[in-house]
Amino acid sequence: MKRFLTTKGLIGIILLTVIGLIAIIGPMVIPAEAGTAMDMTARRSPPSLKHLFGTDQLGRDLLIRVILGARTSLQIAVSAVVMSIVLGLPLGLISGYFGGRIDNVLMRLVDTLLAFPALLLALTISAVLGPNVQNTIIAIGVAFTPFLARIIRGEALRVAQMPYVEAARSSGTTDSMIMVRHVLPNILPAVIVQGTISLAFAILAEAGLSFLGLGTQPPAASWGLMIQASRDQLDIAPWTALVPGLAVARTVLGLNMFGDVLRDILDPRSK
Amino acid sequence: MNAIVTVDHLRVEFATDGGTVVGVEDVSFTIAPGETLCVVGESGSGKSVTSLSLMRLVEFGGGTITAGALNFVRTDGSTLDVAAASPQVMGGVRGNEIGMIFQEPMTALNPVFTVERQLTDGLMLHKGISQQAASARALDLLKSVRIPEPERRLRQYPHELSGGMRQRVVIAMAMACEPKLLIADEPTTALDVTIQAEILALINRLKREKGMAVLFITHDMAVVAQMADRVVVMYRGRIVETGTVQQIFEHPREDYTKALLAAVPKLGEMKGKPAPERMRLIGDDAARAAQIAPKPRKPELLLQVKNLTTRFPVKGGILRRTVAQVHAVEDVSFALNVGETLALVGESGCGKSSCGRSILRLVEPTSGEVWIGGRDIGALNHHDLRRARADMQMVFQDPFASLNPYRRLKAQVAEPIQNFGLAHGAELEARVLQLFDRVRLPRDYMNRFPHELSGGQRQRVAIARALALNPKLIIADEAVSALDVSVQAQVLNLMMELQDDLGLSYLFISHDMAVVERVAHHVGVMYLGRIVEIGPRAAIFDSPTHPYTKSLLSAVPIADPNKRRFADDLTFKPISSPIYPLGYQPAPSTYSQVAPGHYVLQA
Repeated sequence: MKRFLTTKGLIGIILLTVIGLIAIIGPMVIPAEAGTAMDMTARRSPPSLKHLFGTDQLGRDLLIRVILGARTSLQIAVSAVVMSIVLGLPLGLISGYFGGRIDNVLMRLVDTLLAFPALLLALTISAVLGPNVQNTIIAIGVAFTPFLARIIRGEALRVAQMPYVEAARSSGTTDSMIMVRHVLPNILPAVIVQGTISLAFAILAEAGLSFLGLGTQPPAASWGLMIQASRDQLDIAPWTALVPGLAVARTVLGLNMFGDVLRDILDPRSK
Repeated sequence: MNAIVTVDHLRVEFATDGGTVVGVEDVSFTIAPGETLCVVGESGSGKSVTSLSLMRLVEFGGGTITAGALNFVRTDGSTLDVAAASPQVMGGVRGNEIGMIFQEPMTALNPVFTVERQLTDGLMLHKGISQQAASARALDLLKSVRIPEPERRLRQYPHELSGGMRQRVVIAMAMACEPKLLIADEPTTALDVTIQAEILALINRLKREKGMAVLFITHDMAVVAQMADRVVVMYRGRIVETGTVQQIFEHPREDYTKALLAAVPKLGEMKGKPAPERMRLIGDDAARAAQIAPKPRKPELLLQVKNLTTRFPVKGGILRRTVAQVHAVEDVSFALNVGETLALVGESGCGKSSCGRSILRLVEPTSGEVWIGGRDIGALNHHDLRRARADMQMVFQDPFASLNPYRRLKAQVAEPIQNFGLAHGAELEARVLQLFDRVRLPRDYMNRFPHELSGGQRQRVAIARALALNPKLIIADEAVSALDVSVQAQVLNLMMELQDDLGLSYLFISHDMAVVERVAHHVGVMYLGRIVEIGPRAAIFDSPTHPYTKSLLSAVPIADPNKRRFADDLTFKPISSPIYPLGYQPAPSTYSQVAPGHYVLQA
């Protein structure tokens, strides 16, 4: 565990811990009503002592909303990315390892999904299933799967041609064991990198869905929803975009740093 | 004679995460006009760092020249200390007064420019001449490196040229501005032996005609013997010994040089010896090698390959249909006895690797039979094939790629045993220990990861893994080609020792004729997918009959400066393409017997 204690690793862990704690504890101490309480006398007020992060167009306190939004945003983003990995990993692994006809069939399937913009796909799924948190997760998870499957397939294809895979095959290791023992550990770094990048996009995708009325339902708060709401007042109240924007940026930064260090630690060569 | 280059106490350091690493230290030598200085050493000896420092290219790799002087006498007679020169001055020297040839001709040429563009760019920059004059000069250059059809080549792109022609273009580029010093960094290592012979002869001729100084970097003692006037032997960033080529080869003073030379197999030294012999090593290994005499064996057939043919489809068109076929292995037949080694030799693309992989069915052969232990491998179903493969194991060329970087060595050696449930728990542990002892690796290496081992050690692990199932046959696909010469000798000795002790048979796939002469009982020479000549080792090396075998043998450099073979220009017939249209049925291979057991393909 000592190897997490690099500067990068520490910053990553601290950022993620703080954000995680806020997301978990925030809604426990702050009543949900506080997030929707409007102060019509202080609409779009810039950061002040009374409202540390300022208020939005309805006079709601941004600090409270960004804390309450953390749980929604992170819950949806993390679950959706986990789901896309769970779906995309076996798909890409099998496709890349076996190649040939299996690869052709699976990848044409993935290409079909890729042909639609991810957001449009999520939109369709969400519209069919109905807007709630669980369906938003499914929508984003499915929409992100083809990207992951493609990247994992490419990696699996590369690893499947390595001599150590041939050596394993010629010494009687079965295909499933080769995939688990040899291919999977070698493609994990790519999965980690792609996973952390996907998380950032998932937060934004949730915003897009919410904006179109298919994700988080107002007046509940999510970071994405807050960014979307700020779009027509950027010139007069830039902090309304900046506050949730910084929250997203900080999370992504923490994830990327943590992901980098995690990847290094999993690589025995970096010892 | 006044030296053109004087390197004086050069020291180069590299800054890494783990602190400063000294690349080379206290390196001094001189090169006179018209002289070839060979810098020879194993990997990590600092030979390339030295040559890159002379071009001041070492900085682009993160190195810094921290001490010493690199004096270079420029065309105008002034002396320039390269170590202290400004980037602007170096820009005028590089490629103009000092030319460089790189190892890999494909990566040294920019794939999106024509040959003409690559040649004329430097000329127009350094000499300030017009496009027309530069083009004319480019044509002259191609003629001087004797490329066939030079006018046509100017308009071609690098991928349209063969490996040998590409390296000739790289040499033409290096020669474009008539440099006073030519640096050649492993210029033939990536090339086939006949192309190597052509390129070495070309460099020799150009040096003679232009009176250039040549700094030749190589790891290959045989090439040194063929090329050098003087030799610098390097080891771990320091110079071990400097001397004329005769001194170094005939009276080496330092132990390291002696060991290096001892480990080099010399083509022709096995003349008149009936059986393969261990490599010479200095020290303990030598004593051990000398003690063991090979046991005589009764000939007993192990592997029989009959009419093996493997073709790969070439896909094309919108529908990715098969439009042609690569005839990788074409009607190949041979037999291999228990406890013997059959070497398959040939140049890249001749089908020797595909042949080995077809026997194991790592690629599916198109037709033919492979009999081992009374079974036809080709007729087995998936389940039986898995069992049958336990008798045949493979050792691959690249020791870095043949082990999974994410698994401990113990697990990788144990895997084959676990696959067939042959041992568990303590018994498995004991088996793995035994295997590590068998390949002479310290037992505590079991818990290490591959990156913690050197190339030779990794190859030992690969051999241990191959031995885990007690196979009868090991297919060694260029198993020692990527190793340094002293390590190569140790691994070869280990393989020969295992053969004697365990009665292993080897199918030894190699391009290195000198190594093959040392280890093989029988030799098959492959060309365009076919075996053109096969027979006992002595027959192939002493009385080669097929024209291809003859030219192959004549191209091998010999590690003896008194047997120089590359003085004049050489041209070998380029290898033609093994791609044929669909449905093409080549004639079967028919052989005539020239001596007992010695067969030659009929034309």
